[in-house]
Amino acid sequence: MLYQIRRFEETVLGEFSSGVFSGTTHTYLGQEANAVGVLSNLNEGDIVFSNHRCHGHFLAYGGDMQALFAEMMGKPSGVGGGRGGSQHIHWKNFYSNGIQGSIAPVGVGAALAEKYQGSGAVTVIFLGDGTLGAGVLYEALNLASLWHAPVLFVLENNRIAQTTPLEMAVAGGIAERFRAFDIPTEELDSSDVLEILPAAQTAIAAVRKDQKPKALVLHTHRFGPHSKGDDTRPEEVVAEIKQQRDPVRIHAARLDGPARKKIESQVDGQTAAAFEAARQAPAYNGKGKV
Amino acid sequence: MTTVLEALNQALHTAMQADERIYMLGEDLLDPYGGAFKVTRGLSSQFPDRVLTSPISEAGIVGAAGGMALRGLRPVVEIMFGDFTTLIADQLINSLTKFRWMYNDQVEVPLVVRTPMGGRRGYGPTHSQTLEKHFLGTPGLRVLAPCALGDPGKLLAQAIQEDHQPVLFIENKLLYLKKVNDPAILDDFTLTEISTAGSYAPSYRLPLHGAPPPQLTIACYGYMAGLALEAARRLAYEKEIFCELIVPTQLAPFELDPVVESAGRTGRLLAVEEGAAALGWGAEVIARTAEETGGSLKACRRLAAADLPVPASMPMENEILPDVNAIMQSAESMV
Repeated sequence: MLYQIRRFEETVLGEFSSGVFSGTTHTYLGQEANAVGVLSNLNEGDIVFSNHRCHGHFLAYGGDMQALFAEMMGKPSGVGGGRGGSQHIHWKNFYSNGIQGSIAPVGVGAALAEKYQGSGAVTVIFLGDGTLGAGVLYEALNLASLWHAPVLFVLENNRIAQTTPLEMAVAGGIAERFRAFDIPTEELDSSDVLEILPAAQTAIAAVRKDQKPKALVLHTHRFGPHSKGDDTRPEEVVAEIKQQRDPVRIHAARLDGPARKKIESQVDGQTAAAFEAARQAPAYNGKGKV
Repeated sequence: MTTVLEALNQALHTAMQADERIYMLGEDLLDPYGGAFKVTRGLSSQFPDRVLTSPISEAGIVGAAGGMALRGLRPVVEIMFGDFTTLIADQLINSLTKFRWMYNDQVEVPLVVRTPMGGRRGYGPTHSQTLEKHFLGTPGLRVLAPCALGDPGKLLAQAIQEDHQPVLFIENKLLYLKKVNDPAILDDFTLTEISTAGSYAPSYRLPLHGAPPPQLTIACYGYMAGLALEAARRLAYEKEIFCELIVPTQLAPFELDPVVESAGRTGRLLAVEEGAAALGWGAEVIARTAEETGGSLKACRRLAAADLPVPASMPMENEILPDVNAIMQSAESMV
């Protein structure tokens, strides 16, 4: 799955200049272990709210590569029929939107609805460090704590918001912001899925049992640009990050050569086939429901 | 006789009794206070588990209610003053009204946001405004405005229990103590309910009974309908000018047919609203009617508040908000 997200996002960035995709995109390169580590713990019926950088979350949730490629191509076969595009995805219990922070209270409300209806579902809300600047997030944290919403907030701190580094955007601590609302918070600075997975497992189990919010702050790194070609970091800094914090390489090192090669070639083939199928799918013909 | 406040309060009680999916969110809702304008009075005593009194977090509670709606509940939010709807604009415009469409019709967001709107109480620039024009025309948002005609409680109940999309429900503050279908006001008029295509929210047509054919159509809504009725009565008795009122309860999507039908007959259209004039509801009503009637209108005019903040001083406020005299003067200038 880590490698599948990697290949999907590399295909997106690689093919954008060919004109096959429209609009914009925000790739998840470098953060793959977060989505996989967290979402591998979900039960059927659990809910995920995501953000602009949602491809990795969607795929780790079980979303279909071809449907997401097609969505980004504006095709009727896309996951949202081409209406939403890269940032606005809904499938099963997965929802994403492109406005920073605005989905946080929606996620809290969804969690409360599940609690009131006794479904036992946990809601995971993915946030980024950039979102820490949005005021409505703190309204959502306050409500979640006051009303005991069964939510796990996952804050992925990739240390840069578009081009603005963390230290120019976030005063004080990150975990402290959650703790100020009496939301128990764990922190992890790792790109190893086998470290993130158990931490998330513990947190999600606690949310489910206590029916109260928790937070998980995952310090991570973004390998690619914010969107497309808008990376202002020096190349050597990005190269250093890739060298030291590559979730795919860290996990792949646990496999022997042939086993790794087998998975890689399998995923390469699946990704290429999904891309090609999406590309071949009929374009919007002006006759559907716009 | 029931007041609009009683009708709305009763509707909330009845709806919450009938449907356990209905939750109430808002600031200061708990009894004995029961909400700033008492529309929610009694609910927290009767349904303590389903009334969530909230911190001052308008965007947060509307977002949370939207999430509840997305997952099978039917929440109702009270925004204490309509002025504070600016704080929920992002939730409504960028999220809750978009979800259904942008998620390819795979979800529904049955959410009602109620809010007291309007001036004439001396509350000043941030507690007296009529701001619904900023929400009109938002795709996926139904904007309703009850008046003291017909059945305002039923309108609210239908929005809560039957709708599938977000509704912004505009309650003019001065309507609360008005009697519904007050014979003292309606005595000279014939009230006809006109159903709206694709909506449960009716419009009302009010010609003077026993009068010559009307020369002028007045389109108005909410509290302005009462003022326009008084103006129409006095215009008939004092000036022998005969008007017909068209009063929609659904402002968006705008139901044009009743206005076009009436203005097509009278040849004149006056649109009256309490919000600031520029680029407002009346502009759309007149533009759409002009398009539909193909230039056959002899006169059309808008009457609205001056394009200024609403002053706290009562005499100043009275000067900038349209009143009965202003409606009469506008009508007189058109015939």
